[in-house]
This record gives sequence, C-alpha cells and structure tokens, in this order.
Amino acid sequence: MQAAMANFGLETVAAEIFLLGAVCVVLLVDVFLSDRNRWITYALSLLSLAGAAYVTLRFSVDSRIFGLDGMVVADPMGDVLKLFTYGAVAVAFVYAREYLQRRDLFKGEIFILGLMALLGVMVMISAGSLLTVYLGLELMSLSLYSMVAFDRESGVSAESAMKYFVLGAIASGTMLYGFSIVYGLTGTLQLHELAVAVGEIGAGNVGLTFALAFIMVGVAFKFGAAPFHMWIPDVYHGAPTPVTLFISSAPKIGSFVLAIRVLAEGLEAMVASWQDMLIALSVLSMIVGNVVAIAQRNLKRMLAYSTISHVGFILLGVLAGTSAGYRAAMFYTLTYVIMAVGSFGMILLLARQGFEADRIEDFRGLNRKSPWFAAVMLMLMFSTAGAPPFLGFWAKLAVLGAVLDVGLAWLAAVAVLLSVVGAFYYLRVVKVMYFDEPADQVAIDAGGTLRTVLSANGLAVLALGVFPSVLMDLCARVLP
Amino acid sequence: MQFDWPLLSVLIWLPIAAGVLMLVLGDSAIALGRWTALLATAVTFGLSTLLYTNFDPTTAQLQFVEQRPWIELFNARYWLGVDGISMPLILLTTFITPLVVIASWTTIGRKPAQYYASFLILEGLMVGVFAAMDAMLFYVFWEAMLIPMFIIIGVWGGPRRVYATIKFFLYTFLGSVFMLVSLIWMYLQTCEAGQCSYAIADFQALPIGLTAQMFIFVSFLLAFAVKVPMWPVHTWLPDAHVEAPTGGSVILAAIMLKMGGYGFLRFSLPITPDASAQLDWLVISLSLIAVVYIGFVALVQQDMKKLIAYSSIAHMGFVTLGSFLTFELVRVNGDVRGAAMGIDGAMVQMISHGLISGAMFFCVGVLYDRVHSREIGAYGGVVNTMPVFATFAVLFAMANSGLPATSGFVGEFLVILASFRADFWYAFLAAITLILGAAYTLWLVKRVVFGAVANDQVASLKDVNAREFVVLGVLALAVLALGVWPAPLLDVMRPTVENLVQQVLTSKI
Repeated sequence: MQAAMANFGLETVAAEIFLLGAVCVVLLVDVFLSDRNRWITYALSLLSLAGAAYVTLRFSVDSRIFGLDGMVVADPMGDVLKLFTYGAVAVAFVYAREYLQRRDLFKGEIFILGLMALLGVMVMISAGSLLTVYLGLELMSLSLYSMVAFDRESGVSAESAMKYFVLGAIASGTMLYGFSIVYGLTGTLQLHELAVAVGEIGAGNVGLTFALAFIMVGVAFKFGAAPFHMWIPDVYHGAPTPVTLFISSAPKIGSFVLAIRVLAEGLEAMVASWQDMLIALSVLSMIVGNVVAIAQRNLKRMLAYSTISHVGFILLGVLAGTSAGYRAAMFYTLTYVIMAVGSFGMILLLARQGFEADRIEDFRGLNRKSPWFAAVMLMLMFSTAGAPPFLGFWAKLAVLGAVLDVGLAWLAAVAVLLSVVGAFYYLRVVKVMYFDEPADQVAIDAGGTLRTVLSANGLAVLALGVFPSVLMDLCARVLP
Repeated sequence: MQFDWPLLSVLIWLPIAAGVLMLVLGDSAIALGRWTALLATAVTFGLSTLLYTNFDPTTAQLQFVEQRPWIELFNARYWLGVDGISMPLILLTTFITPLVVIASWTTIGRKPAQYYASFLILEGLMVGVFAAMDAMLFYVFWEAMLIPMFIIIGVWGGPRRVYATIKFFLYTFLGSVFMLVSLIWMYLQTCEAGQCSYAIADFQALPIGLTAQMFIFVSFLLAFAVKVPMWPVHTWLPDAHVEAPTGGSVILAAIMLKMGGYGFLRFSLPITPDASAQLDWLVISLSLIAVVYIGFVALVQQDMKKLIAYSSIAHMGFVTLGSFLTFELVRVNGDVRGAAMGIDGAMVQMISHGLISGAMFFCVGVLYDRVHSREIGAYGGVVNTMPVFATFAVLFAMANSGLPATSGFVGEFLVILASFRADFWYAFLAAITLILGAAYTLWLVKRVVFGAVANDQVASLKDVNAREFVVLGVLALAVLALGVWPAPLLDVMRPTVENLVQQVLTSKI
C-alpha cells in the first residue's frame, strides 16, 4: 500500500487525461466548423470515445491501485464500468444524431457537454477520496444541467433545467455538508482511510450517523430514489429526447458508483445504518415508480417513473451490503442502461419533423408499420418488466437473490409484488403497438445507422437474456 | 434412457426456429408459411412419438437426459429429461399444436404469419416447461410462455380481448413471482448445504423445516392454482377463453392449464411434502368447491365458450383433488395403492381433459367461423344442417360428461374411486360432477345441436369440411382410444407415480 501511495501514478487517470485532452481538441475544432461540417464534431466525439476505450484497455489493472496520493483509484470494476459507459455514450450519440439534425439542434456543444459529463462519471468511477467523488459529481451535474436546457427555444426544457439545477445544487450542497462532518470527525477524506477511521470511531457515533443522513440525501437525489425523485419526471419529460436518453445512460452508472464508493467502501462499517435508510428509499421508490407510472400518458414520463422503480431495485442490491449484492446492483445498473437506451432510442426512431413520438398512443399500430421494430420494443418492454427470457429478468433475479441471502425475505416479496404492478404499464405499450390500429400510415423515417444499432440493442436484450452468463460473469469477475 | 441425439432439445427448438422463420418470411409468403408451420408441427409430433416408443416404462428415472452448463455463476443448467409424468404431457402438446395449425388454416385474416409463429414459439416453450429439470430453466420457459399467449389473445381475440389478455398476463405473472422467490430461497439453502444448485431433484432432496415449507407451499399454490385454475383465482380463465381465438382457447385449455397440475406433481408434493400433508385440506376443499360450485356456474352460462371454460375449471378440480388425496389415504388407512390411484387419475384426467376440452373448443370454433356468434341462443337444430358435425359434438359432449368408454370416464372414475377410499363425502361431492357435468354439457348440446332449426343462419349452415373433419376425427379417435384402453398411458406412468408417492410420504423435516 505504501509503495503504491508513493507512486504519483498518472497511469491510473490516463483515460481521464486522454478524454480531457480530446474534449479540448473537439471544442477547438468545433469553433472553426460551419454548420454543414458539424458531422466532424460528431465523428471526433465518437473517435474520442474509441480512443478512451483504447487507453482504458491499455492501462487496465488486475487489482486495486491508488494514484495521485490516494485521490484516485483504479480497479477492475472501474475499468469495466468505464468501458461500458463509453459504449452507452457512443450509442446515445448515434441515436441522437438524426433527431438533432432535423430540429436544427445539431451543434457541437451537445457532444462536448456529453463528453464532459462522461468525464465527470469517469472521475467518480476513479474516485479514491470524497473530494474526488464530489468533483466528478459536480462536473457531471453541471454538464447535464446545460444539456437539459440545450433547446433554447423550448420553455419546457428551460423550466426543467432550472428545476434540475436548483434541486441538484441543494442536494450536492447537502452531500458536501455530510462530507465535511465526516472529515471533521475522522480527519480524512480518503475512502480507504475513512473505512478504517469509521471502524475505530464506531459505527454508532451520532455525528457520523448525522453525516450519513446528509450524504444519503445526496446519493438518493442523484439516483432519483423516492422521496428525492421529484426532478426525474420533469427533467425526463422536459429535456430533448436525446438528452433524456443520455441522462438515463452514463449518469446512472455514475450514481451507482457514487453509492458503491461512498457507502460500500468509505462507510462500510456503518452498513447497519445505511441499510435501513436504503430499505426505506428502495421500497418507496418501487411503490412511487410503479404506481405513478400507471397514470402516465406520456412515454418519456412513464419511463421516468419506471426509472425510479428500477432505482429501487438497484438499491436492493446495494443495501444487501454483501459483495453478491454490489455485484447484483452493478449487473442491474448495466442492464438498466442497455434497456433504457433502447427504449428512448425507439422514441427517437419514431420521431419526425414536428412529431415527438413521446406519447404512448404514438406507438399505436407499430406492428402494422414495422413488425421488426415493434418486436424490438416488445423485447425491450418485457425485459424492462422483468419477464424471462430477457435480460431484465436476470437483473431482478440477481437483486432478489442478494436480499434473500441476507434474510430480508419480506423485502423480496414486496419487490416482486411491485414488479407485477409495474408489468401493467409495460404491457400497455405492447398493447398499443400490437392490438391497436395505426393512427396514420406514415412510414418510419430513420437512417440505416440508427436502425442497425437499435436492432442490435433489441437483440442484445434477448441474446444476453438467453445467455446471461456473459454479463453476469463480467460483474462477478470485477466484484469478487 | 440415453438417446444418441438431443431429442428433447429438438422438440423445443425446432418449433421455435420455425416460428422465427415464419416471422422472417412474413405475410407475403403466407401460403409457404402455412405449410412451414404444418410441417414443423407435424415433424415435431412425429419426433415426439420417439419419446413414447423409446421410453423405458420400468423405471422412474429421468430419460432422454441432456445436461449442459448454462449459467455457471449459480450453477443453473440446461438440463432436460422426462419421466412418466412429463412424457405424456409433452406428447399431448405436440399432438394438439398441429391440429391448431390445421384448424386455423383459412380463418386468420390479419397478420397470419405472426399468428402461426406465436403458436410455434409457444409450442417449443411449452415442451420446455415439461422437459426442464432445472428450476431456473423451468421458470424461464414458464414465464416466457405468457408472452406469445398474451399476443395471441390480444391480437386475434374478440371484442374484450385487451381486458382479457392483460388480466390473463397479470394474474399468472402475479402467481408465479412468489414461486420465483421460493426457488431463489431454496437455491440459497442448497448453497449452504455445500453445492449450489437449481436442480429440481436437489430441491426435492433438500431438508426444509416446516415453517419454511409452509411458505414455499403457499407460494407454489399461488403459482399453480392460478394456472390450473382453482377457485377462487379462476376468474381470468372464462375471460381469456371467451376472447381468445379458437386456437388460443384450445392451447389454453388443452395444455396451459395442465401446467398447474404438473407443477403440483413436480414441485409442491415432492418439495414440500410435510406442508402438503398439513394443508391438504385446503387444496381438497378448493378442488371440491371447483367441482361442485363451478359446475353449477357452468349450468347458467349463455355463452358456449364460457360454459366450456367453467367446465374446464370443474374438471381440473379432479386433477388437484386426485393429487392431494394422497395424505388422507395414507393417514387414514395406510393405503399407498389408493394414493397412487389418485395421482394416476389426476394424470389421466389431465391428458383426457386436454383432448376433450380442446375438441370442444374446436367444435365451438367450427360454429363460430360460420355464424360468428358464441351465444347458445343463436343456435338450435344444427343437426339438421350439419349431421357430421353433430355426431362429433355429441361424442365430445358425452366424453366431457364422463361417459364410459371415453377418456373422460377413466380419469374421473379413478379419482372418485380413490376418494371413496379416503372419505365417503369427498367421493359423494366429487361424484356430483357426473350429474352436473352431464347436465350442463348435454343441455348445451340439446340447445345447440338438437331441436328445430332455430333461424335462417342455422338453416344455411354447411357441414364440416375435410380440414375440420380431420381435426375432429383425430381427436375423437384419441378420446375413444384412451377411454377403451388406457393401459398404455397408465403403464408408462406407473413407476414414476409410485416413486412420487414414496417421495411424498417421506418427511423432510
């Protein structure tokens, strides 16, 4: 440990450094591009992601290594999460392109902000100290606030961005306050030292519990767990669909890693305290998410509530407080991202000039127009509902196993009961696609890339559902 | 026995592959698609007969076993195999599906390719349910099966199809999620015992305390009672049956309901024998309520499909009754032979009901295709214009009411006989069905088939065509054959059933 500490260890943050450089280059290049050549920014952004993936693979680690005097950490879980996040962001960009072009929103900034948000997520993934966690979190959040407001013409977007910003700032502040109390009590911000210090002070310390409550508010807010979920429906609904898609991809991985780094690593000794808090958050999220989603007519809003319920399930894995639980939560998060990206991708596929395709009725009769994409959406919806043989089922199975393993059988029963409630609104989407007649005869107008990637996205949900070992083993390898 | 090629996998994946092929072909090549569907289902049936001919009826061991690693992380395996209980049910599945394809040859107007594809995929999944020997694999097939059925009812169903299909899906989904929790719990127990496993056989061997058994039993009961369906969780069935297209009703009645019965025999009884012994009164009472009360409900139905649906619930009551008489029989008179008889009866009843209810739904389908009404009041005197059809209808009605020499008699007789050995009143109540069943079925036939020609529509009916004749004829032969000579069926089941009774009587506490 000491040897590792002495090493300044720039290679632990090689990917972050590369991406930061790449973002600067993209930003500079973009300044000199005319709107006609904007695709260069888009291509360069994708190229940066590929480059970051290469750098991450080049400097991948087999075990935990500290860098920058313990401010950052590199571990196999981080590498896998980063690689996955690049993929999710790349897919988000690909899905977004046509939509943005049609609405005259195809500007360089959205890609640059997206990459900056990604950088924030990466910093969180690499965080070895509470300060680094906070830096990453704020970098991500600030980029997201501006992305939500990206469509200047839209009042709804501006409103939701404002809401997101104000609430987000309060949550960040609350969390920072919690961090400061922890620092005051333990004298350290470094997560691995913190774990030891908390153990020595004793998990029952009132000051620490007080701090934990504040930190929990921040974590719950960033996750969007009820009762700190108010921003999710408004932001998901108000933001331009590609931004909504983006928010449900990389930042979700950020929230997961935030919970893991802060709760599971730094405050591990306080598991008994945060377990109870997470149980409350999780049950509330599953109830609010699943029940309120039923009343939604807007698909983006429905998926927002569905997100809240999925957050409840992810928290089930975290609250188990075992490595099997963290593994299950990670598996669930990755699964969720794959499904959410696909579902919002479907909205982008159907969207046309002047038509957002974000109401559930807009999917009416899709089976008549395009049996294949109806099937893709069917797979995504059943997967999100947690029906086998799709990927979403295995994610639910993993978290249920984790909570049963720690003797919380009642929680598992509540969770499955609410997942049945949830199944209803996913079924409704399938219903309008298959059982209803189309409202118009306008064919799907989308390019080949979007079609191909979206098809692959849908098939992945099936293929990974039939052979879940692929993704499961990956999570098991990095979180032994 | 060990077969040198993976027969069960072929039975599962051949129909599914054909279904996917049909989806790719689409509606433009539907003529080709129909023949593909028929060929695939016929070949599947042909191959499945190998299960019977190569079956070793002297052992309760699993046969045609295939085992491959699937999800190594928690040791879930792709483990297939059949014994005397699952083999006949697989044959029933592969036998009914081609008939469904034939029966809907010309009657499906919209999206026919997807229609056949749904049935093909469904067939593969249903065979998978009966063949899976790993609980996780079983659960995946069990749940996945709901998706094609959801589509079948919702797309090609009647006016209230959306309500019916969502109710169907949510009911069955609700029932089975608690089973999932139980399965995971037992898996964790096997881990504590040293060897993590989802194998059903390991669950059966796992010692479980009584309280835990009770919870597991109730969760299984929820899953299987919804599927059977038992009173009072049966309300999805009449809706689903009425709204489903003919093929959907047939598959639902003939095969999907059997999965509940199969689940009781494969999971509830052997995994939680002590809880089953404690709570057998519950299942027996619910079964008797189903037999008697639902019989009365069937009497007053105005809709043919609804009447048959209620009749299905009553008949499936015999299956659960026969399965759960075991404890009473052994506890009261140590009558192991009687216990086996009850389970034998349950099994025969399942197969026979599969054939008869399927046939009756086909009959309704024949009328519906012509008149487009399911109301009993819209018919009358059909025999005058459709004599051949009337013959079949009367035969199946007789079989449904348990006439000797039809398969309907054998199962009910065995179960009633077994219940006599247990308790006179069980037998008395169960035997009421012979009266009630005869009443509602024959009254149905009287009103629809006999009497004077009711209206112009009936007067202009054309008798069954060759296609319909084949479907009904084949079913009629099967019903009669099983009724006259059930020995081949009973013989293949015997060692498995005896083994099951032994297993059930061994306490796991």
